[in-house]
Amino acid sequence: MSAPLPVSTNESQPAGLAFIFKKAFLSALVALGLFSLMVGIRTEAGPTGQLVFWTRFNELAMLVSAVFIGSIAIELFRRWLGPRVRTAGLIPQPMQQGVTVAGRFLAPVLLVFTLLVPVIFYNQRYILDLGILVLTYVMLGWGLNVVVGLAGLLDLGYVAFYAVGAYSYGLLSTTFDLSFWVCLPLAGILAAFWGVLLGFPVLRLRGDYLAIVTLAFGEIIRLVILNWQSLTGGPNGISGIPRPSLFGIPLTPGPDGLAAKLGIPFSATHRIVFLFYLILALALLTNWVTIRLRRLPIGRAWEALREDEIACRALGINITTTKLTAFATGAMFGGFAGAFFATRQGFISPESFTFQESALVLAIVVLGGMGSQLGVALAALAMIGGFELFRSLETYRMLVFGLAMVLLMIWRPRGIIGHRAPTVFLKKAEAISSDLVKEGHG
Amino acid sequence: MSASPILAVEHLIMRFGGIVAVNDLSFEAQRQQITALIGPNGAGKTTVFNCITGFYKPTSGVIRLIHVDDSQYQLQTLNDFKISKQAKVARTFQNIRLFPGMTALENLMVAQHNALMRASGFTFLGLLGVPSYKSAERRAIEAATFWLKRVGLLDRADEAAGNFAYGDQRRLEIARAMCTEPALLCLDEPAAGLNARESASLSELLLSIRADHGTSILLIEHDMSVVMEISDRVVVMDYGVKIAEGTPDAVRNDPKVIAAYLGADEEEAIAVMESGT
Repeated sequence: MSAPLPVSTNESQPAGLAFIFKKAFLSALVALGLFSLMVGIRTEAGPTGQLVFWTRFNELAMLVSAVFIGSIAIELFRRWLGPRVRTAGLIPQPMQQGVTVAGRFLAPVLLVFTLLVPVIFYNQRYILDLGILVLTYVMLGWGLNVVVGLAGLLDLGYVAFYAVGAYSYGLLSTTFDLSFWVCLPLAGILAAFWGVLLGFPVLRLRGDYLAIVTLAFGEIIRLVILNWQSLTGGPNGISGIPRPSLFGIPLTPGPDGLAAKLGIPFSATHRIVFLFYLILALALLTNWVTIRLRRLPIGRAWEALREDEIACRALGINITTTKLTAFATGAMFGGFAGAFFATRQGFISPESFTFQESALVLAIVVLGGMGSQLGVALAALAMIGGFELFRSLETYRMLVFGLAMVLLMIWRPRGIIGHRAPTVFLKKAEAISSDLVKEGHG
Repeated sequence: MSASPILAVEHLIMRFGGIVAVNDLSFEAQRQQITALIGPNGAGKTTVFNCITGFYKPTSGVIRLIHVDDSQYQLQTLNDFKISKQAKVARTFQNIRLFPGMTALENLMVAQHNALMRASGFTFLGLLGVPSYKSAERRAIEAATFWLKRVGLLDRADEAAGNFAYGDQRRLEIARAMCTEPALLCLDEPAAGLNARESASLSELLLSIRADHGTSILLIEHDMSVVMEISDRVVVMDYGVKIAEGTPDAVRNDPKVIAAYLGADEEEAIAVMESGT
């Protein structure tokens, strides 16, 4: 018995220092080309409006030499690592098993921790607010996951449904004085209605075309809200949106408030904690419904649609209703989240519903692993929480954050949790490798 | 065996711009028989299939499907999904179209979508987990298990369909089509890419489908050993028109068929056709 021989290194590795230097030189050349305009010349508008510019050759030289040295360092590091190491092999076998075991307990542990957050961090308003923000995006991610992850329809205008939900609650509560608990289902229904409305024109579109139309839809909704002054208040938004009540009992300092009824001193934190549990409940509802839907024929039809639309048609599945229900379900959860957003902020304006939000939610879904509930939750935590984590880096925050995302996508191109869990099994549910699962054509 | 037709194609014409892919084609497929549609490459066989299964709308002509209870469907007027749902025509594809990221079992569950949708009260009752849906789901799993066993893939039920070998994927696709409980099963080159042993087991499977389930089969096939062995009737097409029709033996000896397949050299053609048996 002989141990498996290491793969021969000589073939894949061009020999010698000359190669390293050549590579480093080329990298430096590219850097010079790029940075000579970006860094080398600085332009600004002068006091009388004319263009003022000056050169910064020192900085440029430093950058180019950094690239040169960095390139050499990376190449040397690669040599030191030895023959092409695949990322899968980087983690030793027992540790990989450990990771899978940990993965099984990750979701329950995360859930228990989330439930305890208001208890642990009761006095830290900042963490509670951040928690609410993260949970809002978890919910949005889970909602969009139905459309993008399960049905494979790329939706770049998800924020439209978030806006519809928020404005539904804002308008219904301020105009008709309806309570949050009445408005919540209404906001969901209205958003679902708009989801169907968006669904109809895009039924025949696929891929890039679908993405562009949904993107436009998101912008249309925002522009309508912005310009329909008489109804939505235009850029001034809607203010004075009522805060949610605990089934009719308001969380206010007055004698009718919850604190007075319970006989405990009033604290503003009560409301924050209440909001935290409210969004947690809404997010868990989304999760529960999605998990159940996946195991129902409609959910399987969504996934089948993502895998092969033509085969679905040959099996007698009505593509139209299947796509529309996916849009409607995703939109409904977006509407719920929007209603929550409105009640938390007490003020909404079109500024909160820009394309940036759609992109962020989509990034969460893609980063998390399309179709994976746990992955989306982790990605929301990483994206929203991580972004806050880098706050101390100030200007470099975006740079570091972007780099982290690029690295993550190189490391795990199909998201944090890329594999797919089967919805039904005879003997044993085996995770399906991500390279078999289709991304959908729409 | 009754000799009533299940499928009647009458004066079917399919034009793509200036190209006439199918020109005035008429034929019948008999109930509980295996009808083969053969012809050289580009004869228009798959176009006929796509017209029957609703993927193309024929330029003109009538495609009638007649159920046992004499109810009729004009397939050229139905939407593609209704052809499977109402008229009970199932099909497979020349280039296999499974759901690769779903398990074999899930593939067969998707095929029972319409029955399960009804049972789940169009999702609402299913969401609440009513017992009637649960029993319907159990029955669907049983049906899927039956077909998995039938095509010999039961022990791989929980594996992703995309991981299966080519021959297994072909058989799984047939099983998936059978899960829709079709009256007519249309197979587009089921033996393509199969080795001799796999072709033989395919023939056996198709014969048993016809015998045990009363499903009529219409197939396009190039593998003459399969066609000659299992077909009750063969329709030969060339350049969009029917050039011959009859029993396998009659068709095999038809000079027009031989000429279509191999040009004018009849000696050689006969040799090839004979070797197929």
